[in-house]
Amino acid sequence: MTVLVSTAFGIALVPLVWLLWTVVGRGIGRLDPYFLLHSMRGVFGGMDAGGIYHAIIGTVWVTVGAAVISVPVGILAAIYLVEYGAGGRLARAVTFFVDVMTGIPSIVAGLFAYALFSLFLGPGAHFGAIGAVALSVLMIPVVVRSTEEMLKLVPNELREAAYALGVPKWLTVIKVVLRTAIAGITTGVMLAVSRVVGETAPLLLTVGVIDSINFNPFEGRMMTLPVYVYRQFTAGLVPCNNPNVTCIPTINYDRAWAAALTLILIVMILNLVARLVSRLFAPKIRS
Amino acid sequence: MSTPDGGTRPAPTDSGPRPSTPTTPTPKKDDPAMAQRIDVKDLNIYYGDFLAVEGVTMTIEPRSVTAFIGPSGCGKSTFLRTLNRMHEVIPGASVHGSVEMEGVDLYGADIDPVAVRRQIGMVFQRPNPFPTMSIEENVLAGVRLLNKKISKSDAADLVEASLASANLWNEVKDRLQKPGAGLSGGQQQRLCIARAIAVKPQVLLMDEPCSALDPISTLAIEDLITELKKDYTIVIVTHNMQQAARVSDRTGFFNIAGTGSPGKLIEMDDTGTMFSTPKEKATEDYISGRFG
Repeated sequence: MTVLVSTAFGIALVPLVWLLWTVVGRGIGRLDPYFLLHSMRGVFGGMDAGGIYHAIIGTVWVTVGAAVISVPVGILAAIYLVEYGAGGRLARAVTFFVDVMTGIPSIVAGLFAYALFSLFLGPGAHFGAIGAVALSVLMIPVVVRSTEEMLKLVPNELREAAYALGVPKWLTVIKVVLRTAIAGITTGVMLAVSRVVGETAPLLLTVGVIDSINFNPFEGRMMTLPVYVYRQFTAGLVPCNNPNVTCIPTINYDRAWAAALTLILIVMILNLVARLVSRLFAPKIRS
Repeated sequence: MSTPDGGTRPAPTDSGPRPSTPTTPTPKKDDPAMAQRIDVKDLNIYYGDFLAVEGVTMTIEPRSVTAFIGPSGCGKSTFLRTLNRMHEVIPGASVHGSVEMEGVDLYGADIDPVAVRRQIGMVFQRPNPFPTMSIEENVLAGVRLLNKKISKSDAADLVEASLASANLWNEVKDRLQKPGAGLSGGQQQRLCIARAIAVKPQVLLMDEPCSALDPISTLAIEDLITELKKDYTIVIVTHNMQQAARVSDRTGFFNIAGTGSPGKLIEMDDTGTMFSTPKEKATEDYISGRFG
C-alpha cells in the first residue's frame, strides 16, 4: 500500500518538476531587470531588446480589478449562503448557479464581458476593466465556494457563545465567524487569483494587445502576461539575413519563456503571501 | 493548582475588585436588581411543528441554584435555552406561553432577544472559548465584540474581577495573553464562566457545564456555582443527580412519555424534598435509578 501511494505521488510529481525544469531552464536566460522594466515599444525583428513591463502592469491592473469585484461579492454571497439563507430556496438557487458558473469556459466569460460593454460603448471597446469583469465572472464562483466551505468549518458553538453574550448576529458574523475563518478565506482568495492570473483567452478578447505601456485600465488596450506569452510564441522564429545587425533568431521564444517564468513566479509569490497571512491569522491553539 | 478553594476566599490582590464593581453603570452586586426571579407560565416549545416541551409552569427564585434533571431527550436543555431566547436561534424553533423576569415578558413584542441574552448569560456543555482570542480577550469578548469603548484600566479590572469570580485568576494571571484554547478543559469551562459573568448578567444558565470535564474540574465548577449564587440566579441542567443534590436549592424533574411525545415538567420542589420524599412515582423511580 505504501509503495502504491508513494509511486502515485512520484508520478504526480513528474509533470510538475518537468514543467518547472523546462520553464526555468528556458526562461532564466532572458529574465533580468532590463526585461522586467522595458516594454516592447519600438522593438522589431530579432533585436536584442524588449521586455514585459507593460504586460506586468496590465496583468496587475486586470487581476487586482477582478479581485476587487470578486472578493466582496464572493464573500458576501458565501456569508448569505451559510449564515442567513441556509437551506432556503434562494440559497439553493444561488448554490446551483455558482456551481454552473464554476464550469463556464473562460472564453465564454470573455465573450460575455465583451458583449456587455459593447451594449453600452458600442462594438470594439477594449480596455483593462472589461478584462477585470471577464475574470471576475470566473473568479466569483471560486471565491464563493472556498469561503462557503471555510465558514461551514466554524463550529456552531462559537456563534452560540457570541449570541449568549448578547452580541447581535451581524457582529457575530463579522467579529467571530469571519475572524475565525479569515485564514482559510485568504487562502481561497489567493488560489482564485492564481487561477485567473494565467487566463489568456478572455483577455485576448477583452483587453487586447499592445506593445507600449498603458497605466489606465479604463481606456485603451493593455498587454497582459499570458497574452504576451501567446503573442511572442506565435510570432515564431525571426529570419536573420543581415549579418551586420545583432539578430537573435529565437528571441520571440526566449521572451515567451521568460514571461512564462515571471508568471509562475508571481503565482508563487501570491501563494507565499497567502500562507503568511493564514499563519498570521490562524486560530491559536498552542501558546 | 486545579482545585480552587471553595467557600469564602479573599480577592487575590487589593486592587482586585469583585464582579460588578462600578466600572460600568450596571447595578452593584448588593443591588437587589442584580439577581432576578423568573416566572414561566404554560410554556410550549416547538421545533417547527414538533412539540418538544409542553406546558411548563415554574418559578425560578433569585440568588439560588435551580437544577433540572431528567432522562436524555426530555427537553430540559431545550427549556433552558428558551429562558434567554437562545432557542429561537435554531431555524424553525418557536415558543408559546410566557417567560417573565421580574414581571417583564421576555417574549414581549418590544423585547430584543439580544438584550435578553445580555441579562441572562449562558454556559454551554462543551467549553467554547473563542479560538482566535487570548485568555484576556475571551473575558472581554462581551465588551469588545459589541464595539464598546473601555479604558485599559477598566478592562484590566474587569478581566481580573471576572477571572477571580470564576476561580481562574491565580492559574492564568501570568499568561493572560496566551490563547484561551490552550487551557485544560476545566480551565476553559471556567474561562467561559468568566466570559459570561464579565457582561454582568442577572441570571446565569448552565447547560450541563461539567459533562465534558473530569471529576476534579467538576468539583471546581461546583464550588464556583455555590459561590456565584450569592450574586446571581443560577439555573443548571445536569445529567448527574448527585450534582443536582450537591449544588442546587430547588430541583425540577423533566420526563417524556415516549419517543415523539413532548417532554413535561413532572415535579419541582426543594432539592431536599425532591431527593427524599418526591410526590410523583416517576420522580422517585428516576432518582432511585430505576430508569433514565
